Amino acid sequence: MHSRRDFLQFAAVAATLTGFTGKLSRANAQQKLTQDDLLAFDDKGKITLLHITDTHAQLKPLYFRPPSENIGVGDYAGIPPHLVGEDFLKHFGLERGSALAYAHTMVDYADMARTYGRLGGLDRTATLVNAIRAERGEDNVLMLDGGDTWQGSYTSLKTQAQDMIECMGLLKPDAMVGHWEFTLGADRVMELVESLDYPFLASNIVDTDWEEPVFESTAMYEVGGSSVAVIGQAMPYTPIANPRWMFPEWSFGLRLEALQANVDKARASGAEVVVLLSHNGFDVDRKLAADLSGIDVILTGHTHDAIPQAIKVDNTLILASGSHGKYLGRIDLEVKNGKVVDYSSNLIPVFSDVIEPDPVMAAKIDEVRAPYKDELSRVIGKTDSLLYRRGNFNGTWDDLICEAMIEERDAELSFSPGFRWGTTLLPGDNITVEDLYTQTAMNYPEVYRLEFTGARIKEVLEDVCDNLFNADPYFQQGGDMVRVGGMGYSCTPGASMGSRINNMTLLATGEPIDPAKSYVVAGWASVNEGVEGPAIYDLMETYIGKKEVINMKANKAVKVN
Amino acid sequence: MNLTRRKFLTVSTSAAVATFFGGSQAFATVDEINKAISEFTGGGEPESGVLTLKTPEIAENGNSVPVSVAVESPMTDDDYVESVIILAEDNPNPEVATFHFSPASGEGKASTRMRLAKTQNVVAVAKMSNGKFYKASNNVKVTIGGCGG
Repeated sequence: MHSRRDFLQFAAVAATLTGFTGKLSRANAQQKLTQDDLLAFDDKGKITLLHITDTHAQLKPLYFRPPSENIGVGDYAGIPPHLVGEDFLKHFGLERGSALAYAHTMVDYADMARTYGRLGGLDRTATLVNAIRAERGEDNVLMLDGGDTWQGSYTSLKTQAQDMIECMGLLKPDAMVGHWEFTLGADRVMELVESLDYPFLASNIVDTDWEEPVFESTAMYEVGGSSVAVIGQAMPYTPIANPRWMFPEWSFGLRLEALQANVDKARASGAEVVVLLSHNGFDVDRKLAADLSGIDVILTGHTHDAIPQAIKVDNTLILASGSHGKYLGRIDLEVKNGKVVDYSSNLIPVFSDVIEPDPVMAAKIDEVRAPYKDELSRVIGKTDSLLYRRGNFNGTWDDLICEAMIEERDAELSFSPGFRWGTTLLPGDNITVEDLYTQTAMNYPEVYRLEFTGARIKEVLEDVCDNLFNADPYFQQGGDMVRVGGMGYSCTPGASMGSRINNMTLLATGEPIDPAKSYVVAGWASVNEGVEGPAIYDLMETYIGKKEVINMKANKAVKVN
Repeated sequence: MNLTRRKFLTVSTSAAVATFFGGSQAFATVDEINKAISEFTGGGEPESGVLTLKTPEIAENGNSVPVSVAVESPMTDDDYVESVIILAEDNPNPEVATFHFSPASGEGKASTRMRLAKTQNVVAVAKMSNGKFYKASNNVKVTIGGCGG
């Protein structure tokens, strides 16, 4: 609809201040970009939905490099969110070097990061939320948290999410859903959920005995004079992607019949607007939007995709609000005669240097971090390379982790899971304890050392690859490819399971991986119970400490066909 | 669900029988599946519809995968579902369970849990009192698991 216009506002800001030089001084950029520019929005109707998702417990502003590979398969190839870099800029009409180009792509990343600074920070988000609530009216705004909020930082690990409970409490969400939350274990989840002033929703979690719902599925609100239903959907494959033994009595799954029934029930009880607050992942939600009826808006998370504006599938709008606190998603809805008749949407990039921090939230963040202040800022090394994680196949942070596990566990190969969380360090940055934990803070950090046959290694790679590139999104689990150290291979995403992974080679010798031979493999974040080994953050601290300065070469071990 | 006590017993009985069937570790062949179906139908050709088979898209635990069947039927003396057989195509022993119903069952619904050795098709066939048969089939993925994020 008016997508162009909002983009142009940003593009114009960038254009007037830069053109593209790539070496803009920070001062220049910030003199032009203002908080008001970020808040500029084409208001519609009386209902405003605000969405943050996948913050991964990041309270402070950060760098997060968007991926170089985010491959879509089948019907989903080459369309958002499966566009990166120049293709992304072209598709959305963004100018290279503009503020939005920096927020959404890895083009000229380190230079742009130095120009525009960090994104996110919950105190900045609070300022934006407060401003929008003030402008639109408190009763006309629903603030929704898409989950993956309670895990991913040093302080969330040490407090088992108490830090996030307190900070998010100040932001006053109207509901939330979960995924990594469940890795706190069922008891802790229940304890925290009971402490919330807002509902924790899940239409798709039932107990394993009787298949009865564990959480409320739906919450109803009066917003802007209309009745709005919010239905929650937890990450459907949590018990497969994460350790099931941590919540053994809960079963997940897509449960589309239950979801449709909940939508119908909400409509029958008078909902004029139905919102799905989802942790399904983008392609799952794109397919779901076409398969189910009666959902007006899907606020989607999990796959960490950031798309500048909502995408419409049939009669459903899908807004993907990124991750790590980089964006605040906003959709305005105009409702007439019980129906959504118009809308406007935008992802607001949270440029931390141009937004005045909300003092109440800033004080709370300081308070929850205070007991750990010295440890958080303790320097363990330095990096000469850009260190990042996100991407379908590898990132320099995981290359470093894979290298460290081989070294410290005396292994031939190493596996690091394809997590999509984890922040970015610029060349020349110190590596602090806090930085290390943004890559590793979780409750099953043990580094195992096991023997795998070549055949088994191939099986594992094919299995994970099918979770990523299955042509049917309902079989995609939303992580990236498992990262492999010590081994090269080629991958054909469009092939079928069993034939995607080829040319597996042991890098140390250049020899092909022998299916019958056993190899010593080190890896972390196993979903199995009772895994033994040092915690990944301790192992990494030792390794980085020994290396002092990190210098990562481009990874050419994986060839994508 | 609403399984009567009797149906529970039937389920356990057939499960027990199924367990004893095992022995060979070899996986079932297409012929074996077809043979099991045609033994159940007495050679009759099953149609689609009426029978709904519910399984997860991906098994959370291959050792205990929930499966349920529901047959649309008035469940009167003249017209009811007599039995439903469930088969797992690639298990060492494909027979999972047989549910028996009568008009007194009230509805043609049942559920149980099964072990799946690997990713495979699960097939259900319903036998109606009027001599008709209905078939439904789902693929259930069993993963090694473990790297989502």
